[in-house]
Amino acid sequence: MFELFKNLGTWLTSGSQWAGQDGIAHRLGEHLQYSLLATLIAAAIGLPLGLLIGHTGKGAFVAINLASFGRALPTVGLVVLVFLAGGLSMLPVYVALVALAVPAIVTNTYAGMTAVDPDVKDAARGQGMRGHQVLLQVELPLALPLIMTGLRLALIQVVATATIAAYVSFGGLGRYVFDGLAQRDLVQVLGGAVLVAVVAVVLDLLLSSLQRFLFRHRTA
Amino acid sequence: MTIDWSWIGDHTDDLASLTLSHLQAAMTAVFFGLLISLPLAVVAHRVRPLRGFLLGLSNVLFTIPSIAIFVLLLPISGLTRTTTVIGLTVYTLVVLLRNTVEGLDSVPAKTKEAAKAMGTRPLRTLLTVELPLALPVIMAGVRIATVMSISLVSVATYIGDGGLGQLFTDGFQRDFPTPVIVGVVLTILLAVVADALLVALQYVLTPWRRRRA
Repeated sequence: MFELFKNLGTWLTSGSQWAGQDGIAHRLGEHLQYSLLATLIAAAIGLPLGLLIGHTGKGAFVAINLASFGRALPTVGLVVLVFLAGGLSMLPVYVALVALAVPAIVTNTYAGMTAVDPDVKDAARGQGMRGHQVLLQVELPLALPLIMTGLRLALIQVVATATIAAYVSFGGLGRYVFDGLAQRDLVQVLGGAVLVAVVAVVLDLLLSSLQRFLFRHRTA
Repeated sequence: MTIDWSWIGDHTDDLASLTLSHLQAAMTAVFFGLLISLPLAVVAHRVRPLRGFLLGLSNVLFTIPSIAIFVLLLPISGLTRTTTVIGLTVYTLVVLLRNTVEGLDSVPAKTKEAAKAMGTRPLRTLLTVELPLALPVIMAGVRIATVMSISLVSVATYIGDGGLGQLFTDGFQRDFPTPVIVGVVLTILLAVVADALLVALQYVLTPWRRRRA
């Protein structure tokens, strides 16, 4: 056990491990690229959807159920399925990651919108604001903290799951996990797992402090 | 991409046993998750300073990728069902702990005072007043944890377990979509059925809530 951790330490800290095409720095960049792009696409789908449902109050039942249905969708299965259907490309990975992220974004955006005090919305309307003005100038700013939480949750889940890109022969930090499993090289597997975990935890901390900084003037 | 229906017909026994093993892994994880998070939640609810620490800790555990948890457990429990269950249990903790604490918080102080005034001892108040009243929020957590676990079991296919997840590896390695489609459909079905059963269980467990709504 102790030997294992010593080897793991050596693996993580040796300069040669960090350099080159298979190096940690390069794999880390790939991992972040997959995760950020997938989260952006998911946000482009999930945010308008959540805002619209929250604003109109229509389709909430369907959306919430679809979201919990989405939570049940096994990511591994989805990647393999799209891979078998569409062949070798990054598409399966992005489809699976986006499918994973959209429910978290939709449900949190919707939750943020429903948490907006109806009196405030009435007041805005009473002042002569139109529907889209109420949405953009009143509801959206008030719902923003919960929307941000949704985006953060989505990104963390995506970072954790982007490991799967390596399963269908792409890069990212999952490379070490799957190569290590294939080569029965436990140190490499553990190294990859530790790196993914560290990236997820660090991103979560960064985003939550950013969130605290942005909303530092709010009492609730 | 066509479905080979005869493959399904030929493998009903395998599919049944994989589904059963899938369900068993998820249920065991939720069971142990509850076993751990119930007492922790009571502690977090009563001892304020510990609350932030316990909730924060479970949050950090949740950010660790599932595949990483399984892999990190390999030196300890190897390629076994135990690894799968421990990994899934860790994941259920964040939802179960947070919801149980929130459920206990939601019990009105007046109700607890009334119980005290009637001479009910603290442990009895917890078991017969607080926990039942917190049940709807706890059950919401159990539902999320169950659906999540059912979806996550398949990740354990990388460490040689994974219930229905084995169909994904199988289909991937043979470039044969049928098992993958069947695996995805069965996983979702399992989640939907389990969720519906939990809703029914909650209905049975909380008779006092039926007259309202």
